[in-house]
Amino acid sequence: MKELDFHKSRFMAGKIGRREFIGRAIALGVSVGAASTLAAEAAFAAGPKKGGHLRTGISHGSTTDSLDTATYENGFMGAISGGTFNQLGQVKADGQIHPDVAESWDASPDAKTWTFNLRKGMTFHNGKSVEADDVIASFQHHMGKDSKSAAKSLLDQVVSIKADGKHTVVFDLSGGNADFPFVASDYHIAIKPAKDGKIDPIGKHGTGSYMIESFEPGVRATFKRNPNYHDGEVAHVDSVEMITIADVAARTNALSTGEIDMMDRVDLKTVHLLKRNKNLKVETTTGFAHYTMPMRTDTPPFDNNHVRMALKHAMDREAILKTVLRGYGSVGNDHPISPANQFYAAELPQRSYDIDKAKFHLKKAGLSSLNVELSAADAAFAGAVDAAVLYKEQAAKAGINIKVIREPNDGYWSNVWLKKAWCFCYWGGRPTEDWMFTTAYAADAKWNDTYWKNDRFNTLLLAGRAELDPKKRREIYVEMQSIVRDDGGAMVPLFNNYVFATAKNVEHGKMAGNWDLDGSRFMERWWFS
Amino acid sequence: MSQILYMVAQRFALGLLTLFAISLIIFFGVELLPGDLATEILGRSATPETVAAFRIELGLDKTPYTRYAEWLSNLLQGDMGKSLANQREISELIATRIGNTLFLACMAAIISVPIALILGILAALFRNTFFDRSVNVFTLTTISFPEFFVAYILVFVFAVNLGWFPSISNINPNTLFWEQVYRSTLPALTLTLVVVAHMMRMTRASIINLLASAYIEMANLKGLKPWRIITRHALPNALAPIINVIIINLAYLIVGVVIVETVFVYPGLGQLLIDSVSKRDLPVVQSASLLFAATYILLNLVADVLSILTNPRLLHPR
Repeated sequence: MKELDFHKSRFMAGKIGRREFIGRAIALGVSVGAASTLAAEAAFAAGPKKGGHLRTGISHGSTTDSLDTATYENGFMGAISGGTFNQLGQVKADGQIHPDVAESWDASPDAKTWTFNLRKGMTFHNGKSVEADDVIASFQHHMGKDSKSAAKSLLDQVVSIKADGKHTVVFDLSGGNADFPFVASDYHIAIKPAKDGKIDPIGKHGTGSYMIESFEPGVRATFKRNPNYHDGEVAHVDSVEMITIADVAARTNALSTGEIDMMDRVDLKTVHLLKRNKNLKVETTTGFAHYTMPMRTDTPPFDNNHVRMALKHAMDREAILKTVLRGYGSVGNDHPISPANQFYAAELPQRSYDIDKAKFHLKKAGLSSLNVELSAADAAFAGAVDAAVLYKEQAAKAGINIKVIREPNDGYWSNVWLKKAWCFCYWGGRPTEDWMFTTAYAADAKWNDTYWKNDRFNTLLLAGRAELDPKKRREIYVEMQSIVRDDGGAMVPLFNNYVFATAKNVEHGKMAGNWDLDGSRFMERWWFS
Repeated sequence: MSQILYMVAQRFALGLLTLFAISLIIFFGVELLPGDLATEILGRSATPETVAAFRIELGLDKTPYTRYAEWLSNLLQGDMGKSLANQREISELIATRIGNTLFLACMAAIISVPIALILGILAALFRNTFFDRSVNVFTLTTISFPEFFVAYILVFVFAVNLGWFPSISNINPNTLFWEQVYRSTLPALTLTLVVVAHMMRMTRASIINLLASAYIEMANLKGLKPWRIITRHALPNALAPIINVIIINLAYLIVGVVIVETVFVYPGLGQLLIDSVSKRDLPVVQSASLLFAATYILLNLVADVLSILTNPRLLHPR
């Protein structure tokens, strides 16, 4: 591979372009995917360049958006959070949690007490230095009776937060939680400056690598680099502009005419055409995001596990992946843990489309045919209605008659999800097994959308949460994945990729997949070549 | 003249009554929609506790009647209130948006009204010729396509292929005037193509309608040139219906352009209203719809006054 190294060094020195480098690498027998990874690595090794003005078109953003991170609910605000605010830790491309506002942390042996050491010398955009009081006030904004925060239920486990000196914060939890640093770094829990023990919820000062210059909800936000940021390895471009472009055709046109340098959420129906444009790159990341079809296990006929198994076997996931997602994703194995998660159970066999098994389970349930209603709307994900109709045809072969009910997008989450016996749903996924299971599969979870109560599963959940030994945790989580797969109420047919496009001169290192657009932190992680 | 003033005063009073009725309908209409701001903002992540806490913070725990009364009394004191969603002053929120909306409407009107009038007069002059037919076919074609289609075609030709204009109207309060004109060209052209047909056809029809009357025949017999007959004799008498149609289209340019705003990412009032309805941000919905309603009422009044000025007989309806 000497020749490859030669091309790599020429590419890093800027003597040949990215396209040419990839072409030569392929000629040397490297696969296309590996070649573009090589190009990204080489570009990264060559070192990011400073400077430039990054203009982005984001599909989300509403005039009702507020800077209060407690109510962040869309990708536009997520990106603001990624650029302007920091949490205690941050998830990087390896899927692990790394220091951010906290420099380091450790747990007591029972994982019930967590001590976070804050980074010294870190300042807010208004010049105030970051101290324990700020962190405590920032957390308290998401806790307590009066909080409206989306992170409130995550922090129910926190019994007390105490400062120990100016730069140490100690959390006492009601039970052991080995993954607490992940939870405490949820993107809602931004660290903001405190005044008299309270933060200004809609204040724009954070600690992040970019400062908000202007913010017009639903239209645009502009940022400039924070000159005092502690990490010199990030924040390459001088300034960033984010524009809300809800219409996917308008977004695509804006990118191809050079009005913007990056767009999110590429239209999968036309992505093959976009790929032909030599001035653009289509990028994709795999993370934790997945689509589910929760069945209420407290409602007939879904209270019978044989009915659930019959339905799980009656779907041709590959076909739906190919048609609805155009291959941008992977098939799910009826549990919500992604291959990107640490303790993913690769040893479990992939569930496949098997009419005989579906019929077998129907028979075990004492049924010769089955009539069920499935609620679908594109609010769950783009293409949910199409997926429902495809599935209906596939399941008919096993004697299952699915009646697809098209629900309105408006009010889907308040009137359909958690209410109807069977519907479509999506999850952004969570970087840890415990977090995902606790959020949506634990018996007492508020979003246990399958109303599923499995004693063994719930016992394991508590055991795994307090366990610090990775080997034992792996055993526990593999068993839990297998229980959800074969007994749980949710069908998990697909894991979806994030697909976005950039101009040719936008570069990046290995990207994180925990959220869209490099874990929502593209602002500080990308640069212009 | 005093009769006109009396009519204007009467219309104003009726207009205020209409606005009041509209505010009632909008408020309780949105109230009927499922969910409220707390559930819509929290969305997927809503839990009963967070929704309850959010409602108390927003004052949504009060009865709708109390909230309506509070809103109305504040409005009468000139205070539109704050957006529930992000605590911004609504007057501030709307001010830049309505500026943008009026800018686009004016630009489209400046292009479309003269074109429509001239094409209409020419079509009447050369009626049933090839010219007349082709003008009719062209304008009827553009009005028959949905707005977003016309917009995409313009983007495809002028932005993607020729590269003359930007594909999105990325404007902000600091954009210079001519820059704003340049960036608003494609949306203004789209609107022009959509509204020209209606005004053009009305101009043509009302002029042709008059050409059959006796005094035009007289003018013909005197040997006047056709152009002079139409501009000096027919047009002034045809103005009343033409003005009404123009005004209706102007109102449309202000209140009905949300699709064009979406395609060109133009920050006007339409998108604000849609976002606010979908999140149930009632005070913003109320203020924006009242502005839209007031636009219609005022423009209709202007149309009536202008029609009467061009044709005083309309003051004495038989």
